[in-house]
Amino acid sequence: MKEVISANEAAAIAAKLARVKVISAYPITPQTAIVEKLSEFVADGELDAEFIKVESEHSALSACVGAAAAGVRTFTAASSQGLMLMSEILFVASGLRLPLVMANANRSLSAPLSIWCDQQDSFAVRDSGWLQIYCENSQEVLDSILQAYRISEQALLPVMVCFDGYILTHTAEPVDVPDQKEVDEFLPPYKYPYSLDPEKPLTIGAVGVPEYYEEFRYMLHEAVAASREKLVEVDEEFGRRFGRRFGLIERYFSDDADIVLVTAGSLSGTIKDVVDDYRAKGESVGHLRIRVFRPFPSDDIVDALKNAKVVAVLEKDISLGYGGAIFTDLAAAFANRGRKPPLMINFICGLGGRDVSPMDIREAVRQSASALQAGEVKRNVRWLGLREKILGLRA
Amino acid sequence: MKIAEGAVILEPGSSIRYETGNWRTFRPVVDPKKCTSCGICWLYCPDIAIGVIQKGKPAEIDYRYCKGCGICANECPVKAITMVSEERS
Repeated sequence: MKEVISANEAAAIAAKLARVKVISAYPITPQTAIVEKLSEFVADGELDAEFIKVESEHSALSACVGAAAAGVRTFTAASSQGLMLMSEILFVASGLRLPLVMANANRSLSAPLSIWCDQQDSFAVRDSGWLQIYCENSQEVLDSILQAYRISEQALLPVMVCFDGYILTHTAEPVDVPDQKEVDEFLPPYKYPYSLDPEKPLTIGAVGVPEYYEEFRYMLHEAVAASREKLVEVDEEFGRRFGRRFGLIERYFSDDADIVLVTAGSLSGTIKDVVDDYRAKGESVGHLRIRVFRPFPSDDIVDALKNAKVVAVLEKDISLGYGGAIFTDLAAAFANRGRKPPLMINFICGLGGRDVSPMDIREAVRQSASALQAGEVKRNVRWLGLREKILGLRA
Repeated sequence: MKIAEGAVILEPGSSIRYETGNWRTFRPVVDPKKCTSCGICWLYCPDIAIGVIQKGKPAEIDYRYCKGCGICANECPVKAITMVSEERS
C-alpha cells in the first residue's frame, strides 16, 4: 500500500515488518523519529518486541550485540555523534560475526557542532566490518532494511543502512509499504548458528592471541568481500517478489558518457535532473550512484566507467589531509587493470548541511569538461560551493 | 583444528589445554609444616591453579596454570606460601 512517509518512518516500518524482537536505541537528531515510532509500535501492541531503553548509543549497540548472540533479530538506529559513540561496539559486532541491522541518518560531526546532513559519520566507520548501503530515497530505505536482514543473517555480518539526514529523514514522499505476509515469506524466522544456549555451551568473545588474531581478521575480510554475491542474490530475489531492485551501483546514462558524475545517497536525485538537462542538449554526461560502499564493488564500478573520459566524484565527506572516501577507493579500484584509467576529480561538497544545487553540479561538469579538453587534472581534490570571501581567499 | 568464524569456541572447557604457567616470574611455594589446609588460597586463586584442599593435606599448586600472581601468598593467614623467583628456584 502506498503511504506518504519520511525515511525515518520508512525505517521504523521496515523494522516492524521484519518482526524484530529486540530494539535498543538512543535518540539523536535527525534519527529520533525512528525510535519514537518503534517505541509507539511496541507500546500499542502492534509489534511484539522488547524495547530496551539505554543511556547511550554505546549501550544501545551493546544490548543489540547481546540479543543477537542470543539468536534474536534486533534493530538499532544512530547518527553522527551517536554513531561515533557506538564505534567501539561496531568492531565487536562484526568481529563476533553477529547478524545486526542498523539505520544511520547521515549527519555531520562536531566540531563545530552541526546537526545537519553530510556523510562524514558513516564514512568514518567504513573499516568497521559493517556492510554499508547508501539510499537515494525513502522507498530504498524501507526496501534496503528488509534486504539487510536477509543479507546479514546469511553472511553473518552486520549491515548499516545509511540515508541523508533531513533531506530524507524529514521529507515525506510516497512509499510502497509491502504487506506483512509478503515480508514474512521473504524474511522467515532465522536460527543463529552460534546462539547462546545453556544446553550447548560455547564461548563467544574469546581472546585472540597473536597466533590466531590475524586469521580471524583474514576470515572477516574474506566474508565481507564475499558478501557481494549475497547482496546481489538478495536484491534479485527482492526484485522478483516486490518488483523493485537497486543493484550494488546504479548506472544512469553512464555507459557511453564522456563525463560521469559519481556520488552516494540522496544527491543522486539532483544529479539525475542535471544529467537529463545535459542529455537533452545532446551532451555526453552520465551518472553512477554507489549504493553499496562496503564491500566496495570495484569490478562493477570499473566496468561501468570503462568508456568514461573524466570521472567526477561528488561526496559529502573527507578524509582530512587526503580526499574523499569514495574518490580514494574509486581511484584505487583502477590499479592494475592493464589499461589507462580515466581522469579523476574529487569534489567535496554539501558538508554540514550545505545545499548542493544543480548550479554546483553544473560547475563540477564545467571543471570536468576543462580537464577533458586539457587532457589532465591539475588538482585532484576540489571544494564545491566554498565561500572564499569568508576564508579571506578573495576580496 | 579449524577455527570457527567470529572466534566462537564450540568446545566448552577447552581453556584447560591453554597452559599459562610459563607467564610466571615468581612461583608460590607452600610450606607443608605451616599450612593448616584452611582452603583460603584455593578460594582466592583466580586461575583454579590450586587443587581442592583435602583435610590434613597441604595445598597443592598446579604449576601448569599458576601465573604467579601471588594472591595466595598474600591471603594465606599463616604465611605458609612464599613467592620465589623462578630464576632462583
